[in-house]
Amino acid sequence: MSSAATPSTETSPQLLLKLAAITKRFGPLIANDAIDLDVHRGEIVALLGENGAGKTTLMNILFGHYVADEGAVMVAGADDNILATLEPGAPQAALDAGIGMVHQHFTLAENLTGLDNIVLGTEPIFRLRRDRTKARAKLDHLMSGSGLNVDLNQPVHKLTVGEKQRVEILKALYRDARLLVLDEPTAVLTPQEADSLFAILRKLAATGLAVIIIAHKLAEVLAVSHRIAILRGGKKVGEMTTDQADRRSIAELMVGRDVPISKRRERTPGAEVISLHNITIDRGDARRSLHNVSLLAREGEILGIAGVSGNGQAALAQLIAGLDRPDSGTVEIFGEPVTKFDAHQFAQNGIARIPEDRHHDGMIGSMTVAENIAIEDVRSRDYQKFGFLDFDAIRKRAEHAIADYDVRCPGPDAPARLLSGGNIQKLILARVLEKSPKLILANQPSRGLDVGAQSEVHRRLLEAREGGAAVILISEDLDELLTLSDQIAVIHAGHVSPVIAAGDIDRSELGLMMAGQKKNEHNADTRAAGGPA
Amino acid sequence: MEIIDILLTANFWAAALRIATPLIFGVLGALICERAGVLNLGIEGIFTAGAMAGWMAVWLGAGLWGGVLVAALAGGFFGLIHAILTVPLGLSQHVSGIGVTLLATSLSYFTYRTALPDVTSPPRIIPFQPLDIPILSDLPFIGPALFSQTALTMLALVMVFVTGWVLYRTPLGLAIRAVGDNPSAVEAQGLSVYALRIGAVVAGSALMAVGGAFLTMSAFDAFFFGMINGRGWVCIALTVFASWRPGKALLGALLFGAFDAFQVRLQTEVGAFLPSQVFLMMPYLLSIAALIIVARKADYPKALLVPWFKGQR
Amino acid sequence: MIRFEPRTNPSAFLVYGVPVMAAAFAIILAAIPLSLAGAPILPAYGLMISGAFGSLFSISEMLTRATPLILTGLAAAIAFRAKLWNIGAEGQLYMGAMAAVAVGSGVIDAPSYIMIPVIMLAGAAAGAMMLIGPIIMKTRLGVDEVVTTLLLNFIVLLFVQMMLEGALKDPMSMGWPQSEPIIDSAILPPLLERMRVHLGLIIALISAFALAIFVKRTVWGFEIRAVGENAAAAKFSGISVTKTMVLVAMLSGGLAGLAGVSEVAGTRGYLATDLSPGYGYAGIVVAMLARLSPIGVIISALFVASVFVGADSMSRAIGVSNYLADLIVAMSLLCVLIGGFLTRFKIHFGRQKSAG
Repeated sequence: MSSAATPSTETSPQLLLKLAAITKRFGPLIANDAIDLDVHRGEIVALLGENGAGKTTLMNILFGHYVADEGAVMVAGADDNILATLEPGAPQAALDAGIGMVHQHFTLAENLTGLDNIVLGTEPIFRLRRDRTKARAKLDHLMSGSGLNVDLNQPVHKLTVGEKQRVEILKALYRDARLLVLDEPTAVLTPQEADSLFAILRKLAATGLAVIIIAHKLAEVLAVSHRIAILRGGKKVGEMTTDQADRRSIAELMVGRDVPISKRRERTPGAEVISLHNITIDRGDARRSLHNVSLLAREGEILGIAGVSGNGQAALAQLIAGLDRPDSGTVEIFGEPVTKFDAHQFAQNGIARIPEDRHHDGMIGSMTVAENIAIEDVRSRDYQKFGFLDFDAIRKRAEHAIADYDVRCPGPDAPARLLSGGNIQKLILARVLEKSPKLILANQPSRGLDVGAQSEVHRRLLEAREGGAAVILISEDLDELLTLSDQIAVIHAGHVSPVIAAGDIDRSELGLMMAGQKKNEHNADTRAAGGPA
Repeated sequence: MEIIDILLTANFWAAALRIATPLIFGVLGALICERAGVLNLGIEGIFTAGAMAGWMAVWLGAGLWGGVLVAALAGGFFGLIHAILTVPLGLSQHVSGIGVTLLATSLSYFTYRTALPDVTSPPRIIPFQPLDIPILSDLPFIGPALFSQTALTMLALVMVFVTGWVLYRTPLGLAIRAVGDNPSAVEAQGLSVYALRIGAVVAGSALMAVGGAFLTMSAFDAFFFGMINGRGWVCIALTVFASWRPGKALLGALLFGAFDAFQVRLQTEVGAFLPSQVFLMMPYLLSIAALIIVARKADYPKALLVPWFKGQR
Repeated sequence: MIRFEPRTNPSAFLVYGVPVMAAAFAIILAAIPLSLAGAPILPAYGLMISGAFGSLFSISEMLTRATPLILTGLAAAIAFRAKLWNIGAEGQLYMGAMAAVAVGSGVIDAPSYIMIPVIMLAGAAAGAMMLIGPIIMKTRLGVDEVVTTLLLNFIVLLFVQMMLEGALKDPMSMGWPQSEPIIDSAILPPLLERMRVHLGLIIALISAFALAIFVKRTVWGFEIRAVGENAAAAKFSGISVTKTMVLVAMLSGGLAGLAGVSEVAGTRGYLATDLSPGYGYAGIVVAMLARLSPIGVIISALFVASVFVGADSMSRAIGVSNYLADLIVAMSLLCVLIGGFLTRFKIHFGRQKSAG
């Protein structure tokens, strides 16, 4: 078998992968509807679509995690270039056929070294020793040829996200992958890291590797791919070479309908709602620590917190949600220093908290929709008498919320686990916004939602801002931040930058700050010296 | 007698190693299961089953090593039940483990009672005898402490080395350590999560059962009701104490054995002042103390207790 | 190929039918050890049924057995609801019994309507106290409560032994390690003349109904359910997971302690180290068979009790070891676990057909 890193001598593009009329249903939902896709050697194909368009399902079928209801996956043989049907539902067959996948959530054992992770499963399992010299040599060759440099002797938990991704790619290349599939590879990277990844992918493609990138961000796709296929609602709705691609038409194809774009109106911010003064939280682990952070959010203002995931956003969110206390520094809410960090108190005092992981932290699947909506308030007089729950009041509130927030569910008494992601988010909005909060903590509020639900979330946040609430919006999505925020601060490695006013924001500079570079002094909006113009 | 004097006798260390032997088997078995991501609370029952099955096989004429094999098979059988319930079916490892303990214990007792309906004092077998290795057994101190143990104790020490080698030096061990940390990583590399986990639980359970067999075939020569008496649970605590490492498992078991042996000797010294139960409580109190000592830094295998289903990420 | 597909909404038939079928299946499985023991199978089953239900006396015996099982079953059910793995009900039962003996064997004397609540409170408090250590270790240090509660069972039993040879020893027992008897005014009176079934049964039934209402209808029950189903989400919403765990621990330990009171003041009359033949462990099976429902606990405790009483009686009649009862109980636990899986997943055999 020829190594993927050996430069291909072929000049004419050869067909490597053929997906023929793939259909996959989950109950009544058609996740993939007769999708065709061809991929050639040395080609980077972008699979573009909104969340829920069917991209990930299609790739899971390709990789043997799911079995298609109809259609076939065909891969050209390594030696003879003849298309052969891949055994469905067998990840091993996909691996053997030279298909490598880098999932959005890395599949690495964190307690092992990078080298161990790569070699895992490639050697006969019942052997008395492990021989690593050959593996090392091959990996050194791969690394020097592609620029995928990473210390493979480190345990994976010590690597950065970007390095982990490189290990994932090396894993596939080490197995002589001829087709590499990357699922949302840039979601966890800074813009600069993403650029360097794209450079590596271009280099690899030049050696004959075929690449499929699953993405939902148009700009990235245009930057790296040769060809673009667009999925919507489980169907392939368009395909074109990148040089013929037109931004507008692609956007329309992806979304398929007019989505009301929320517009932020100018508004003078009011009084201070929450302020953080020199907050330090040291939990030993960078993603859970903050260093000397000061921030200020005012009425009628959305304060965006930009940053690559795992840079202390979790610690900041925990603090503002009342789930953690600072090691040093003070938090003032409505001018009063907070002495008791208690989630219940925070919620009762008018802080609306939208959790980052809505499935894990936002709802209790086996409890009813009504119970999930009332959960923050069951101790209040409105919903209990002498400790006994007032189910009528709880149900009545739920009925209102379901109608007002358009939560699609069988009814208030249905278990919450039956709800889709978008409807869970609506349920959470109904829970926290109903009480006209003065401060809203929105942590990745639209991540993973389809366009409709996303715009609904944005509309609600802007509405709350109009109503005078302060909103702290933590997001990894620059577009979202730039559309909604009045002010943006960047969080990196537990440090929060000075706040930048919406008008002064330069996208690429934001990217550099997300990677840890300091903002130029003269551009910084120094709040202490008088606030934004 | 001075405390130091007790600690310096070969006899004392021989006793410590003897007490430690079943625990070594048990902790090794438990750590193999847990390294693969499965807590095996069936251990108490599997100990009982191993003790009963091994002893009964010998009593029926199987020979001592035949008895060990039968014990291991019995352990593997109950391990398989636990593995099927917790791995492909993904059921609660806590409840399934307790269930396996209840099943293995009651089945052992039932079998014993059915085979020997009317005996008041259990029949005895000729157990493993202390080894007499030329030269080595005659060495001062280390001879009686280490080389005059029975073959099963030697096997336990060998198994520490074997388990360590397999876990850290072979592809199989690599896969087991990976599957206990992130099963999806193992599946993505084309290995079977189910096969690895089931295999680890069966193998670990077989080791546990040999630990049980040591009690009826080496430490004693007969089977009694209630003879396991919480040793399995002690092993679960020691596994945490050992940070899931075979070398530390040996150390932990030896420390435990030494404390226990010391406690027995202390009892003869000061027994008049304190009720005997205080001393008998020591092993259990020590186990809890061991858990408290390592609690803050215990680095549990990340996928321990987390069920995993095929195709899930 | 076998595939599992999650069911979003299992039918009522599955939810209620599966535990019944699991129990029945365990009984049927018992035919294997029975036949291996050389017993006539159908007559043996007959003897078991008549042993448990054949006469007023046997029903009374069965109910007497069911009484502590309801209480330990409730102890396990409420704890498991909150994912607090309290496996220490056996030890908590003994502590409860010991507390009942400590205050109920003559230190104080008062009319029954005072004495009975007093020993109940003492027993419940003592049982609950046993969980303070494990709960602190769990919430403060992250020590798994399974192991600590299990180990405490052994420690408590030795402690009871020690007390029975010391402070609580009955001077009239002629060297036998048992406590002084519970005084008459603290005895739980029998419900039927010349039968053993006693007031403890009523207490157990009231506890079950009270717990059912508590879990379903009160704020604290709401919080227990929330913490048990998804502790992270409960915490995020402002529910104190630690406080909820402590509350659950107190309830669970208290109920197990009550089981000890009921045994010592209702059935036995004095404390000895053979007070419980593993009621604490059997309570886990009772709770699982009941799918952690307090009302269900009553029914499954009746089932487990009849297995024990029936097997005892069959054992006396045809000489098959009464460990058969433990075996059936253990098998029904594993069967109901598997059954629980079937209610959550549909199983498909073979590959899905491709339609045109």
